[in-house]
Amino acid sequence: MEFVELIVNGRTLSGEVEGRKLLSEFLREDLRCTGTHIGCDTSQCGACVVHVGGKAVKSCTMFAWEADGMEVVTIEGMADEDSLGDIQQAFQDNHALQCGFCTPGMVMSAAALLDENPDPSDAEIRDYLEGNLCRCTGYQNIVKAIRSVAEQRESAAAA
Amino acid sequence: MYDFEVARPSTIAEAASALSAEGAQVLGGGHTLIPTLKNRLARPSVLVSVSRIDEMRGVRVENEKCLCVGGAATHAEVASSAEESFPALAWLAGNIGDPAVRNRGTVGGSLANNDPSACYPAAALAVGATIETNNREIAADDFFRGMFETELKEGEIITKVRFPIPDAGNYQKFEQPASRFALVGVFLAQFGSEVRIGVTGASESGVFRWADAEAALSADFSTEAANGLPAAPGAMINDLHGSGEYRAHLMKVLTARAVAAAS
Amino acid sequence: MPKDYGIGASSKRREDVRFLTGSGRYTDDINVPGQAFVSFVRSEVAHGKLNSVETEEASAMPGVLRVFTGADFEGVGGLPCGWQITDRNGEPMKEPAHPILAQGKVRHVGDPIAAVVAESEAQARDAAEAVAVDVQELPAVLDMKSALEDEGLVHEDAGTNLCFDWGFVEDNKDAVDAALAGAHHVTTLELTNNRLVANAMEPRVAIGDYDAATDVSTLFTTSQNPHVIRLLMGAFVLSIPEHKLRVVAPDVGGGFGSKIYHYAEEAFCTFAARQLLCPVKWTATRSESFVTDAHGRDHVSKIELGLDEDGNFLAIRTATLANMGAYLSTFAPAVPTYLHGTLMAGNYKTPNIYVNVKAVFTNTVPVDAYRGAGRPEATFQLERVIDKAARELGIDPVELRRKNFIDKEQFPYATPVALQYDTGDYAATMDKLAEISDFEGFESRLEESKRNGKLRGLGVNCYIEACGIAPSNLVGQLGARAGLYESATVRVNATGSVTILTGTHSHGQGHETTFPQVLADMFGIGEDQINLVHGDTANTPMGMGTYGSRSIAVGGAALVRAAEKIIAKAKKIAAHLMEASADDIEFADGQFTVAGTDKSVAWGDVCLTAYVPHNYPLEELEPGLEETSFYDPANFTFPAGAYACEVEVEPETGKVDVVAFSAADDFGNVINPMIVDGQVHGGIAQGIGQALREHAVYDDGGQLVSGSYMEYAMPRADDIPDLAVDHSCQTPCTHNPLGVKGCGEAGAIGSPPTVVNAVVDALQRGGYDVDHIDMPLSPFRVWSAING
Repeated sequence: MEFVELIVNGRTLSGEVEGRKLLSEFLREDLRCTGTHIGCDTSQCGACVVHVGGKAVKSCTMFAWEADGMEVVTIEGMADEDSLGDIQQAFQDNHALQCGFCTPGMVMSAAALLDENPDPSDAEIRDYLEGNLCRCTGYQNIVKAIRSVAEQRESAAAA
Repeated sequence: MYDFEVARPSTIAEAASALSAEGAQVLGGGHTLIPTLKNRLARPSVLVSVSRIDEMRGVRVENEKCLCVGGAATHAEVASSAEESFPALAWLAGNIGDPAVRNRGTVGGSLANNDPSACYPAAALAVGATIETNNREIAADDFFRGMFETELKEGEIITKVRFPIPDAGNYQKFEQPASRFALVGVFLAQFGSEVRIGVTGASESGVFRWADAEAALSADFSTEAANGLPAAPGAMINDLHGSGEYRAHLMKVLTARAVAAAS
Repeated sequence: MPKDYGIGASSKRREDVRFLTGSGRYTDDINVPGQAFVSFVRSEVAHGKLNSVETEEASAMPGVLRVFTGADFEGVGGLPCGWQITDRNGEPMKEPAHPILAQGKVRHVGDPIAAVVAESEAQARDAAEAVAVDVQELPAVLDMKSALEDEGLVHEDAGTNLCFDWGFVEDNKDAVDAALAGAHHVTTLELTNNRLVANAMEPRVAIGDYDAATDVSTLFTTSQNPHVIRLLMGAFVLSIPEHKLRVVAPDVGGGFGSKIYHYAEEAFCTFAARQLLCPVKWTATRSESFVTDAHGRDHVSKIELGLDEDGNFLAIRTATLANMGAYLSTFAPAVPTYLHGTLMAGNYKTPNIYVNVKAVFTNTVPVDAYRGAGRPEATFQLERVIDKAARELGIDPVELRRKNFIDKEQFPYATPVALQYDTGDYAATMDKLAEISDFEGFESRLEESKRNGKLRGLGVNCYIEACGIAPSNLVGQLGARAGLYESATVRVNATGSVTILTGTHSHGQGHETTFPQVLADMFGIGEDQINLVHGDTANTPMGMGTYGSRSIAVGGAALVRAAEKIIAKAKKIAAHLMEASADDIEFADGQFTVAGTDKSVAWGDVCLTAYVPHNYPLEELEPGLEETSFYDPANFTFPAGAYACEVEVEPETGKVDVVAFSAADDFGNVINPMIVDGQVHGGIAQGIGQALREHAVYDDGGQLVSGSYMEYAMPRADDIPDLAVDHSCQTPCTHNPLGVKGCGEAGAIGSPPTVVNAVVDALQRGGYDVDHIDMPLSPFRVWSAING
């Protein structure tokens, strides 16, 4: 067993985890943060993307103890107190989700993209989402949603 | 996956010590190892994580001639840090996998695994990189030993990689449609008039230097020369995404593109 | 000004809030206290005789509760097939047994042999490795043509690998042969419809639970149709009557057909929970999904199109080999037959059509419906051969199609393959397509591509589909072993809010939003006053679920019928309150009014009165306000449309980029345009995936080579262009109350031939003598075609 202490969505947690426990399993099974999904076993689909230390990672391809001492943010940590966060809201407004299974990972990747590049082109958005598979939407409305967040943030900053 | 012990060293010496245990294995970014473990295709007794070893991190330029990359530096770090000093390598790093993979995957892991379709080995061969381990330095030309095989011994860790920065360099990658690994990748490096070319994804013997192309382009650095190259020797990978003949063809196409881009 | 609520409004989806905050409840998010886990031991060979399965060592391992083998299922039913085809000679199809765990033989890689139930997932997996399986490997039966030589048999008791030889319509055959013999020109094309894997992003999960105190079994499962699973598993496999069996399909992460079927894992978990008196959970890994989820398509066809000297279509003859895989999946026999042969008329007035289909058993994963199901296979053949004919005859492909369209005035139109199209306007969708695709600007875009060293091509395509599945009496005659009606209960609550309970199921389609939109219009109350309950057989009326673009056309119709009953009863209550005759009551915008007066009562008052019947005609009318309707459609619905695609091809590598794609669809009336656009986007992306990237490939030994996302090429964000979709051409369905047709599959049906037509166009414009490439048009395949 490995001792870990980490901050998940602002809450500090500590305890012991099995060496082989993946971060995704730790989130889903131990913390009941079931918004992080598992869609493949080859690190390709991106349904499990969370932020660790401010960076997007595939939580199915990282052990829980590797996040020791780090801050972890999952989809459960993305809403404002009583409303959806701006990316979440844009996803709803633009019909950027259907079955919702890939959505948590998609939102987390979108958040990381906008942190790195506040004004991405459509091509840059599509390129950044290379590791997030969606079988429902054809991606078009996801791209539209992310672009709309960039625009809103820019006009809010300018105001 | 099978259970295992964990070692979380903070120095190379501690890591080396942990790796001396029977069945111990290095864990870098885990993007090859963890899927392998999930499918129970490997059964290490101890996983030795190198991601918290500060002396294995970082990307810096030495003497304006060499890019030194820590063995545990991620692809994302290389992509952002080498953008000005060695743009071809930065581009290569920035097109491995996807952003989340690049935030975890490491240079040392890629070279040690020597996947026949990985990108870094082509660069390492083309620029004549030196691979430093916890107990020696290995020239790239001596390092790769065929698909998934390297010169590394049990318990040996890639601590640093020194990539000489070429006068001109370019990496061309033609993606396998599913995995987006290189169906064929060609790294071209030019030092003075000497041209070196590393090819990944194509050969059944793994990454290799394409001697005929190097000779022809060292003599005449032009797309015409690239287009006139003879077919590469040796057996090429033949799979659902392309025949050996197709891969051999792509090598020429990509080499010509690399010449055009580097000119 | 677009509507902001009710039918026709792009209401935002209410279900999104939980999906966007990680609060969705998918099956794997459910954990039943005390649950155990199952790990299946699966065949690693495609075909073999099962000599022995040794479980002693595994049984003794830590945490193991029990190891099950095929022997434990003797006397238990196998997985049933829901559709029986009668062949050309009047004989029933071959219908071999499909055991829950293998008995005597294994027939595909992934076939379950044993199942280890243990306290933890890891223990189950550890012990599964200790199960010793002795299989004597047999040559794998893979290629369909060779399979028909019957040298090796997938099922010995069937005596042949031919499941059925079906002719449709058999009476047309001679006329078709004669018409083709006498035709001015016959265009022939042989093609393959590539085998696909549905790849819903959520892998399948099943949790069986058993309450000994009540003798009730519960199955939580990733299903598109929980009532169908209850019926099939209860009646045919485990012999549990419906009142003792509850099936729950909570939030489901996409289906695309693959979650229609009753799978062995569902029956196993339900069975094992009863045996072990503890809940049993199974969660598929993606690797497991690839070798257990029913695959799609996999047809090899030859199509011949006869034309007269003016380009009029005279006759079509097709011959198809359809891969069934190792066993008959739930609806497998319907796909290449009644969902395929009936669509071979397309949008055209071809007078003579004959379709022959030979269904073949092979040592591969069972094949069943995948988004479109038979209709994409029909459309692909027809639209590819039309394109080829146009080129052979030097006629513009759009003009050749227009010339042969069924005219708007000809509806209702009876095709020679048994369907009666109720309505349509194919010229209108083609006109719309020309407008949104800017056909006229193509030449200049072509020049631009040439300057960049690329070939450019334009492909067009038309499609029609039969949706709103289906009239029960008709499908019963065709071999369906179930009805295909749909149900809805409208429960008006005392304070006027409304709960809809339905047998349909949403796994991405947004029913929780669209069904209330319909009622908001009918009742004149806010959408937020209405919610939808679905996915649980314990609290919804028996319904057949969601597939075949049927939910709004059949389930929505049931909803309207139930709501009409509500309104009729509410009028009687209102009449009583206002001391008027029910015939004089008008209902609009939530107000009941006595016609010609200013007397009115509000919706809420009527609802309250129904449940607090103090002033109420109790002698004539029951209290309460709840009605159920079962709606059985009179006909299929016939969405249709015209699609266009522009591609750029890099001749030196064979790489194809879809650079523009437009779709003009006629879905009849539309409830929520935003959701309809989304359905079309997703369908097109899957179709582009099929055309260019996706392929389930077996090697010569029967191993699935493309068994992970490392080898199976899913379309990603940068593979799909911006899609221009339009559904403003609307010829409402004539036989359902909403005038809707369904939109879920159109994109996946219409897009593959569009893309292939565009690539062939690009190559021919570039001077290459290529008239067909089989999908997927990977760079390697295109390069190979270019280089002969």
